[in-house]
Amino acid sequence: MIVTKTRTLVANYSELQVRSGYSVKIDDKEIALFKVTNGKVYAIENRSPHPKGGVLTEGLVSGEYVFCPVYDWKISLSDGKVQAPDEGQVKAYQVEVEGNNVYIII
Amino acid sequence: MKKLVMIGNGMAGVRTIEEILKLSPNQFEITIFGQEPHPNYNRIKLSNILQGDTSFEEIIINPLDWYKENNIQLFTGEAVTKIDVEAKKVISDRGREVEYDDLIIATGSNSFILPIPGADKIGVTGFRDIKDCEMMINSARNYKKAVVIGGGLLGLEAARGLLNLGMKVDVVHLMPNLMERQLDPIASSLLKAELESQGMRFLMEKETVEIIGDERVAGLRFKDGSHIPADLVVMAIGIKSNTMVARESGIYVNRGIVVNDFMETSLPNVYAVGECAEHREIVYGLVAPLYEQGKILAERICGKNSTLYEGSVTGTQLKVAGVDLYSAGEIYEDGTIKSIMVYNEYEGIYKRVLVRDNRIVGIVLYGDTKDSTRLFRMLSKKEDITEISIFESQCSAEGGSGDIASMPNDELVCGCNGVTKGAIVEAIKTQGLTTLDQVSHCTNAGRSCGRCKPMVNDILAYTLGDQFDAAAAQKTSICGCTTISREDLVAEIREKGLTSVKEVMNVLEWNNEEGCTKCRPAINYYLGMIHMDEYKDDRDSRLVNEKIHANIQKDGTYSVVPRMYGGVTTAADLKKIAEVAEKYEVPLVKLTGGQRIGLFGVKKEDLPSMWEELDMPSGYAYGKTLRTVKTCVGAQFCRYGTQDSMSLGIELEKKFERLDTPHKVKMGVSACPRNCSEAGIKDIGFVGIDGGWEIYVAGNGGVDLRAGDLLATVKTEAEVMELTSAYLQYYRETANYLERTSKWVERVGLEHVKEVLANEETRKELNARMDQTLKRYIEPWNEAIQSEDIKDKYYAVHTVKAGE
Repeated sequence: MIVTKTRTLVANYSELQVRSGYSVKIDDKEIALFKVTNGKVYAIENRSPHPKGGVLTEGLVSGEYVFCPVYDWKISLSDGKVQAPDEGQVKAYQVEVEGNNVYIII
Repeated sequence: MKKLVMIGNGMAGVRTIEEILKLSPNQFEITIFGQEPHPNYNRIKLSNILQGDTSFEEIIINPLDWYKENNIQLFTGEAVTKIDVEAKKVISDRGREVEYDDLIIATGSNSFILPIPGADKIGVTGFRDIKDCEMMINSARNYKKAVVIGGGLLGLEAARGLLNLGMKVDVVHLMPNLMERQLDPIASSLLKAELESQGMRFLMEKETVEIIGDERVAGLRFKDGSHIPADLVVMAIGIKSNTMVARESGIYVNRGIVVNDFMETSLPNVYAVGECAEHREIVYGLVAPLYEQGKILAERICGKNSTLYEGSVTGTQLKVAGVDLYSAGEIYEDGTIKSIMVYNEYEGIYKRVLVRDNRIVGIVLYGDTKDSTRLFRMLSKKEDITEISIFESQCSAEGGSGDIASMPNDELVCGCNGVTKGAIVEAIKTQGLTTLDQVSHCTNAGRSCGRCKPMVNDILAYTLGDQFDAAAAQKTSICGCTTISREDLVAEIREKGLTSVKEVMNVLEWNNEEGCTKCRPAINYYLGMIHMDEYKDDRDSRLVNEKIHANIQKDGTYSVVPRMYGGVTTAADLKKIAEVAEKYEVPLVKLTGGQRIGLFGVKKEDLPSMWEELDMPSGYAYGKTLRTVKTCVGAQFCRYGTQDSMSLGIELEKKFERLDTPHKVKMGVSACPRNCSEAGIKDIGFVGIDGGWEIYVAGNGGVDLRAGDLLATVKTEAEVMELTSAYLQYYRETANYLERTSKWVERVGLEHVKEVLANEETRKELNARMDQTLKRYIEPWNEAIQSEDIKDKYYAVHTVKAGE
């Protein structure tokens, strides 16, 4: 099976503010982009896995985690996993930073 | 979606639903019928309520919000009377019909009531639900003498509770020994002696044949012809599975509803779980096996590869103050069993382990039960005990942790919630946990009956090694990022002169350097409370609503609620609101509960321009602050009004608006005792009377419905302002962050608050600190309109379209 991966330029690294969420739309996917304090950039699906949802771009970022602003679930930015005692997972996307360009790979 | 209906809303059933939601959150449309008018509560803790250790609120496991959040349709106070198997629907006693694809029967059990003459008299009850508890508590107010029939687990717990309620208590037991199904005669006699010293009186080997009295019970008559007086009779002889609806619907029922190893009944798509179910001829009545059943049933219903339920071995303990007792497995010797015993009559300690073929088959512990988990593990795993010392020697200082080291990782520590040692150790290591409280929150261990808490603490001590701080581990920390409690945090901020959230987390060595959603807003609040007008608010430590100054909705849009002091507005303002609503195509315009107008469904990027066009201050409908002051029309127009409620309401709202408080604060001002502003259920409520005002505090109209208490009656508006300010400031300085005034007053005591506020000097100081704090606030909507930085950082659209 051949898998096609697309690399999409989504932001200027230097313009991203640390611990703020940015919403990115690629095709019909809504993605939340975060630059964390250590400088790494992460991209995950912009929707809390809680049945009643919540947009993650508005959540509080701490280290490499974001808290869902509506139900306070703690979600890992690196793999999208919801932390115990809650359960679930959002999709995490691969991010590449080249110079000042930030790409998301789908 | 498939339709799942459950009859019964108790512990076993609701746990099954929780397991189903975990496995497959969107597979079912769920409906639950519960006969009791309450959400699911922890029935194990009923004896604690009776014994006065806890309140009903504290034993609710799933509050009503949980049902809402999970889209479960709940009908309380409604029993299902018929299952129409052909049409696959259930019919309730109110005539409601609900169709199902899968049906769970979790109807639990009822108290077994002796079929003797007089059993239906007033004053005779079982001990099974909160209603029974309330009945006993009420009886204790008016009557003196109680008789409990049944000297088993439940009967003794009930008897102890009735003693606490100030009644004289006789326990009547048919057998020669108490708890004869769990205890051998030695343990039983130790128990009896202890309970007698607590004031219980026992009538052994007595068979009750009649309850005497007119309408109300007056006494009991026994088979031997003797009789005793009684004002209250509690029957705690046993439970009887509640199988009526199953039986009448043609489901095979023996003692309970008969299920196979998948918890399936004799009918397709109908399952039974909990105390109503009979599995391999056993009806279980303890929580651990019922939770086990629930897990297996959930897997079955979700179509997962289901494990078989093969029955459970259970241990029991008695929840009575001053008695430490544990029992499991077989407790009677036959020719094939040998016992290992320790009997220290002097200290009241008795331990006995029953062994067959080198394996533990039974345990009885009295006076010291710390070995119970270890022994029960050996029993359930059928470990060979050759060359293993069963009871540790007396001087085993590090016995606890040595025991933990030898414990396998898949060992169940919390039987109620199915949490293993491995899961606890992993949570401690990966999440840097240091307190018992944190471990409970992260893993659920110890959150049901609480018996495993000492073991969880031992695991914590063992896992942390030298890092373990026993005193700190017991504290309730403000969140998982630290072990520090609220009191210590406030003291440290004051002592060390800490001035920013970041500095607090750094200096006090947060184990998570950027904090979390619990500690960051709390620290920000405490800093502002301590440093008053010198503190610069840390906007990024506030959660979304307070950061954006609007309420986020579930689809990511926001609501706008302009300030409308005292709920009083003008035609000009209404026009402006209408125009803005039209221009921005606001999807919903609604009057709020606090007499304001809310514009719902606003896009974040539209917020600043809408605010600018409205040109009104923020109504703070989103904040931990003064929300609204609701007023009635009052003396200006109303023929009943004795005071000017609107003016006082407006004055209060203008003074305290924007003030940060531990939780939201609502006020109401009524001009007369008809109380149209519902001031009796506000954090602070004012009721006008002839020549003055009554001030009510700690009312709550929300989840914890509570009527306000009268704090004081004063003569003038100036006194109202002075006392309100002092009260609010005292709340700000002593409450935990996120503690409403109703909870706070219950915790510290109304009398205490009254005493503090009675001192004129104290009131003056509180007022001064309040006034100084109020200086720091500026209007946030206007600030956003004026500042490009704020607009860019908080309100600009960051949406990036692919490839641009």
